[in-house]
Amino acid sequence: MRITVDGVEWQVEPGEVLSAALLARGRRALRASPRRGAPRGAFCMMGVCQECAITVDGRIRRACVTVVRDGMVVSLEGAGSDKVRMAGAHGA
Amino acid sequence: MSGPLCHRVDLAVLGAGPAGGAAALAASRAGLRVALIDENPEAGGQVWRKPVRPAARSAKADPGEALRADLRAGGLTLLYGRTVWSVGASLDLDLIDGESGRWERVSAGRLVAAGGAHERVVPFPGWTLPGVVGLAGATILLKSHGVAPGRRVLVAGCGPLLFAVAAGLAGTGIDVVGVADLAARGDWLRAMPSLLTRPGLLGQGARWMASLRAAGIPVFFRHALRRAEGATGIERAVIGPVDAEGAPAPGPEHAFAVDALCVGNGLVPGAEVTRLLRAPHRFDRLRGGLVPVTDEAGRTGIPGLYAVGDGAGLRGAAMAALGGEFAGLAAAADAGRLASDAFAREAARLRRAMARERPFSDGMAGMMRLRPAQVRAIPPETVVCRCEDVTRAEIDAAVEAGARDVNQMKQFTRCGMGPCQGRMCGDVAAELVAARVGPREAVGSFTARPPLRPIGFDELMGDFDYADIPIPEPAPL
Repeated sequence: MRITVDGVEWQVEPGEVLSAALLARGRRALRASPRRGAPRGAFCMMGVCQECAITVDGRIRRACVTVVRDGMVVSLEGAGSDKVRMAGAHGA
Repeated sequence: MSGPLCHRVDLAVLGAGPAGGAAALAASRAGLRVALIDENPEAGGQVWRKPVRPAARSAKADPGEALRADLRAGGLTLLYGRTVWSVGASLDLDLIDGESGRWERVSAGRLVAAGGAHERVVPFPGWTLPGVVGLAGATILLKSHGVAPGRRVLVAGCGPLLFAVAAGLAGTGIDVVGVADLAARGDWLRAMPSLLTRPGLLGQGARWMASLRAAGIPVFFRHALRRAEGATGIERAVIGPVDAEGAPAPGPEHAFAVDALCVGNGLVPGAEVTRLLRAPHRFDRLRGGLVPVTDEAGRTGIPGLYAVGDGAGLRGAAMAALGGEFAGLAAAADAGRLASDAFAREAARLRRAMARERPFSDGMAGMMRLRPAQVRAIPPETVVCRCEDVTRAEIDAAVEAGARDVNQMKQFTRCGMGPCQGRMCGDVAAELVAARVGPREAVGSFTARPPLRPIGFDELMGDFDYADIPIPEPAPL
């Protein structure tokens, strides 16, 4: 099956988890931290740390708990900016 | 507008790892209607996680496969792929189905919290660089996804996962440049009597060590990370010697060119549900930090709420499964569905089994405990809260300015206020405040509030529309 990452089509295997698929293809940096703009990548792989929160089909999703789907559109450019700030649980 | 899809059962179990799975099965077999909820698409938790790729599957008998088969056969309501974002005082759970985005509610009146544990990493300069991953995270990548975090990897931290990850990486042809263990070789030897009670697991550890020796991978005992360096990802990792308490000690540093670093300093109990419900908690260094106060069957201070597994204090998978079974049976007994003499017989059996597991469990927990001196040695400019980029210096400044507990410090700095909700930094941040203020009990923990996980407003709203807002008719003049 195919997904699109920043406009480029990738061949992926059904059942692959997005964070592992990105890492296996050499994409370590996934987003920038909101305050310092520092590069960040997947860290805990179990849905806790939120470091791999990226834009998947127009929504903020944790890549480490997101299974790839045919036609999935992934954007690493927008996440980590204002979009993440607004969607994050900042009231916690 | 429609409300949430409601599942009415006798018992809700949150977390389908060894503890939650055992609790659900025991309660179901005793006659309770049980809903088992997990964020992942399948049961097993982190330790018995279902492999994604056939190549990652092992030929050995897999306790996770056995648990998944039992659960499928058990007549339970299996709610996998669900994110629980709130638990009410009546123990009702609000969940979002990750697939459909639909809001669901589980109404049971009894709840077993089996949330498991997550990674603790003691911060060091550069630990936020891409390519730095947790040790437990690396285990998931390797065992479940069949993916290595990099091609040249350093493994650092403490506990048995160090050697599991290093051997696992080396076995797939990855260049493991070294292992840095906080513990001394003697610490492992001193733990040996307890480890000998589980010869199978001890043998596995010996095989890991043998494979590291065979591959010529150096193990630096009593060493820890000093820093990681790189531009858009890790390029270099530097380790140095530490003393018995984890503080930096004199001696030469070693630098490694790497593209990945796996690091972990033990685990932290995911006690978010018991904290959210304000059950009584206590601080227990050996068990990983703040843990709910429970009896032997996992009963908390709140009637109908049980806490089991690593989320109730780190004890490992074997103890988690026994504790989960105990709580599942206790829930059935408390609901009047299991006779007291039958419960007493089962309790006696479980007590004996737990006594057999305890030495190994305590030995491993000891190897993975936080070393406070390592936290006190964190350099000032190091980021502690990854979400909000809050440094150690900012935390110290908040305490200097009068913050007396972690929640005041959080209000001063935003430390713990980001989307991970303090899960990654909470234990270390509390330790930093405690180093200047007083005991850990006095500085408390970040207040748990819903949503337990970040969720979208549209998921929260469902198909509730502007027109659904109830507007009372104006009173006639």
